[in-house]
Amino acid sequence: MHPAPSVIIFTTLSGLGFGLLFFLGLGLPDVSGWIAFTFFFIAYALAVGGLMSSAFHLGHPERALKAFTQWRTSWLSREACFSVAALVVMGVFALGAVFFDAQWRVLGVIGAVLSLITVYTTSMIYTQMKTVPRWNTQLTPLLYLTISLAGGALLAGQESLAPWLLALAGGVQIAWWMRGDGAFAASGTDMASATGLGHGKVRSFEPPHTGTNYLLREFVYVIGRKHALKIRGIALALGYALPILLMVLPLDSIALKHAFAGLAVVSHLGGIAASRWLFFAEAEHVVGLYYGKR
Amino acid sequence: MTDLPTTTERKLGLVIDLDTCVGCHACVISCKGWNTENYGAPLSDQNPYGADPSGTFLNRIHSYEVQPEAGAAQLVHFPKSCLHCEDAPCVTVCPTGASYKRVEDGIVLVNESDCIGCGLCAWACPYGAREMDQAEGVMKKCTLCIDRIYNGNLPEVDRVPACVRTCPAGARHFGDLGDPDSDVSRLVAERGGMDLMPEQGTKPVNKYLPPRPRDTVEEEIDILAPLLAPVTEEPGGFLGWLDRALDALPGGKS
Ligand code: SF4
Ligand code: SF4
Ligand code: SF4
Repeated sequence: MHPAPSVIIFTTLSGLGFGLLFFLGLGLPDVSGWIAFTFFFIAYALAVGGLMSSAFHLGHPERALKAFTQWRTSWLSREACFSVAALVVMGVFALGAVFFDAQWRVLGVIGAVLSLITVYTTSMIYTQMKTVPRWNTQLTPLLYLTISLAGGALLAGQESLAPWLLALAGGVQIAWWMRGDGAFAASGTDMASATGLGHGKVRSFEPPHTGTNYLLREFVYVIGRKHALKIRGIALALGYALPILLMVLPLDSIALKHAFAGLAVVSHLGGIAASRWLFFAEAEHVVGLYYGKR
Repeated sequence: MTDLPTTTERKLGLVIDLDTCVGCHACVISCKGWNTENYGAPLSDQNPYGADPSGTFLNRIHSYEVQPEAGAAQLVHFPKSCLHCEDAPCVTVCPTGASYKRVEDGIVLVNESDCIGCGLCAWACPYGAREMDQAEGVMKKCTLCIDRIYNGNLPEVDRVPACVRTCPAGARHFGDLGDPDSDVSRLVAERGGMDLMPEQGTKPVNKYLPPRPRDTVEEEIDILAPLLAPVTEEPGGFLGWLDRALDALPGGKS
């Protein structure tokens, strides 16, 4: 699959933003006034910034409102509905925290749950794709949720929780990669089932056109796959290992602690962006078979 | 609504004969022509006369080589357009309701004025039957030529899809696959029509007729072959001398 920068930015940033909103809704940390404003500002900048970036890859962004109508069958539509619901509820909760020094707990918990559901709906857009065997697993929502929770905990300054959640997310990440590497072969879709020409060995002799096309650009992305292992290493190190290390280092100075926490967030973001790039670049769509490619 | 109908009154679709398709691409051209001049946004091309041309097509012809365990390899030309699946994953993923499956005839269509161009339906289709038009930013797909098959202004013989009407080999057939007595259904039953990627669970309406087994190629291809047997196995004249001379050189005899 083509790793469109807009989609990588969207899933990385908004996942982190909704993760932070989850913790803020639960009152972790329990903040008010300017501090609350700063926290909520960061969370909204990430979540909304991500959503805006995803709107850029639409052919007709001006019709985006129509995307709220098909929640009965479409995960993309559900994502649109839940993200707006989460942002609205958490917005009201934020007003209370920032201006009235109030923690409207019930509202916060509802907002927290909606934020997590939003991340889940995002992950289901990919999970539902039978055409991309690497994504088509219940590990995908688990991966998105654990990454979002780990990043959220990191940003919310949950020093005791964050390292554990990061380790958990890292574990799920490794399991997801390992399962993914055999997923295409296990899916049962191959040249023979694609063409129905199972009476011999099928080879693509001639593609439909000498040039490229939308399908090849969108679904058959092979550039950089040979570096996949290296990038996995980078994603694991930056996304999970280094932030854990930076969080658990025993430090005396508060200033240094804050600096390290900031560094941990930046490192985590970079690592998750790398992991998301792989999420798309390594994913093989079954349509590639018709072109004798994967 | 992107809910799929549980049943459709008819199941209009195509039956494609892999045995007769000669790979001429005539249906590709007629499809592009008809669907550029008629229903919906035209099928654009990008850089059509340049170094790196590409464009939107609703129908593309692949060619495959099949090498059986024993015997000669076969070349199979393989037309591919939307299969108008009964369980169409492309419809249910659509967030706007632009994609839908018609209850009356089972045709899967895109309402282009509702499409936001998110491309998700193309992700969901295992067959590569949907292409985003780069100029219009909306999803294009085979319409089964709804603007021909129901078009009272056309002579009756032309009320079939453009690709079917054009095919010089008669490799594309159009009809109601929901009616077991229709010509297309009988053809499918007779020839063992098959689904593409059945494991994807899309339940395609379009069927493909497998290539018939080829006659075995005998040692003697032609009944005239014995008469054409070479008169002499050894070269004579100048070539014969050269042959012998080269053989005489050290290491020359093979
Ligand atoms: S062939 Fe593809 S586009 Fe056509 S109905 Fe089936 S899934 Fe949808
Ligand atoms: S590209 Fe258009 S038709 Fe396809 S899923 Fe998106 S809105 Fe629906
Ligand atoms: S039925 Fe019409 S739109 Fe579909 S492939 Fe044939 S010519 Fe193209």
